[in-house]
Amino acid sequence: MAPLLEARGLKAYYGSTPVLHGVDLAVEAGGIAALLGANGAGKTTLLRAICAMVRREGEIRFAGRALEGLATEDIVRLGVAHVPDGRGTFVHLTVEENLRLGAYTRGDRTGIAGDFERVYAYFPRLRERRRQQAGTLSGGEQQMLAISRALMLAPKLLLLDEPSFGLAPLVVKDIFQILRSINREQRVGMLIVEQNATLALDLADHAYLLETGRAVMSGTAAAIRGDDAVRRSYLGY
Amino acid sequence: MTALLHQIFSGVANGGIYASVALALVLIYQATHLVNFAQGEMAMFATYIAWALVQAGLPYWPAFLLTLVIAFAGGVAIERVILRPFDKAPVLAAVCVFIGLLSIFNSLAGFIFTYTIKTFPSPFAERAWYGTRFLSPHETGEIAITLALLLLVYAFFRFTPLGLAMRAAAQNPQSSRLVGIRVGWMLALGWGLAAAAGAVAGMMAAPIVYLEPNMMGGILLYGFAGALLGGIDNPWGAVLGGFIVGVLENLAGGYIVGAELKLTAALVIIVGVLVVRPSGLFGHLIATRV
Repeated sequence: MAPLLEARGLKAYYGSTPVLHGVDLAVEAGGIAALLGANGAGKTTLLRAICAMVRREGEIRFAGRALEGLATEDIVRLGVAHVPDGRGTFVHLTVEENLRLGAYTRGDRTGIAGDFERVYAYFPRLRERRRQQAGTLSGGEQQMLAISRALMLAPKLLLLDEPSFGLAPLVVKDIFQILRSINREQRVGMLIVEQNATLALDLADHAYLLETGRAVMSGTAAAIRGDDAVRRSYLGY
Repeated sequence: MTALLHQIFSGVANGGIYASVALALVLIYQATHLVNFAQGEMAMFATYIAWALVQAGLPYWPAFLLTLVIAFAGGVAIERVILRPFDKAPVLAAVCVFIGLLSIFNSLAGFIFTYTIKTFPSPFAERAWYGTRFLSPHETGEIAITLALLLLVYAFFRFTPLGLAMRAAAQNPQSSRLVGIRVGWMLALGWGLAAAAGAVAGMMAAPIVYLEPNMMGGILLYGFAGALLGGIDNPWGAVLGGFIVGVLENLAGGYIVGAELKLTAALVIIVGVLVVRPSGLFGHLIATRV
């Protein structure tokens, strides 16, 4: 079976500056792939390229469809939910309005109501704060909101950009546990960018190592974890 | 005392018209951070359309509603066709487009309808139970129409999914795309709503100032002063600002500078707000981290 997401020779540019130089990558349906790499390696750009948020070249297929020429909002409508770098919260809207926007493209009222319950069950804090302006939430709560907003799309694929960024270790642990159960219960495929390589490799089944815009290594999470160079550079022992 | 009350009440009535213009300006400003200088001329042109419809034999209210629909469609079309190509252009390019639109609508109205001053009907009777000692029936009716318009706009933004999406698109276009909102279309809808709100202002003003291609010049300035005074990023503040400007204008005209220099009151307010409190009475102060 073809993978859920498949990129071949993916290049991306900021203006005329190339940032990705032809990356091959795949995420299986219901699988979790991790993108590792130092700052500036092109991880965030890779997620943006998938969603057509930057100029890109190369072949990308999602659920059997070519994504070339599609605008961001059309790719989202195919079932790709992106939790962006910086969380992308609508800070002047309430928590509940943020979640309603997540389901903006859906028409199934009962399904949406069910998903509200589901994300509130994952993150009870959000239910308590549902009438509160999202900008007043703590960093961890905003990350929960960003993930929940993405889930409200009922996505097939979740793109996560540094979900642990700036959060307390305990909160991070919670969030990663919930990501794992979301993946198991709803078979949502995930592509996760993460500075914390240990965390990412624990969650993922596959991993890619990016260096200056190229995938220099790829394989199962276990194989990558076992690699000496990765261990020294990214796992730090 | 009666004279003073009279000035205040008719100021509120004028303020209703400025409030509608202010609302139209804010609807576009929120999404684009640009002030549409052509707003007044668009409203004037819509009023001519209403006039033409009434001349063609349509009763007032159907003509009123049809004009709103036409103005809305026109606003959407202007955004899609004329402003879209300037999407990523510098601010000055957009300003030039606005000024171009202003002169196009002004000339087009003169060309089609001539520059002869025309009377425009009021839907409200000369004498009616809702006329009071201080407010003519038209003024009472016009205030009621303004408030109804505001209520409708409020309900639309507050309670409908489309209204929510428009608020989201204005605040955070990037995140909006990531939840599947077609941001460009939200902008066009904002233009449509602004054009319709402006049309209401035009149709309510025309019975008072008479219909001619330059009728909205002063009104736009007062509306702009109102929007700035209330806070140009806050629709409710802008509307309240419009009413306040209406009252101040009348009082200044009646007691301070005289009717001929009234318009300077608007300029004084604009300069005063920009100097003392640029965010307006109810606006958000935008603090940028650098």
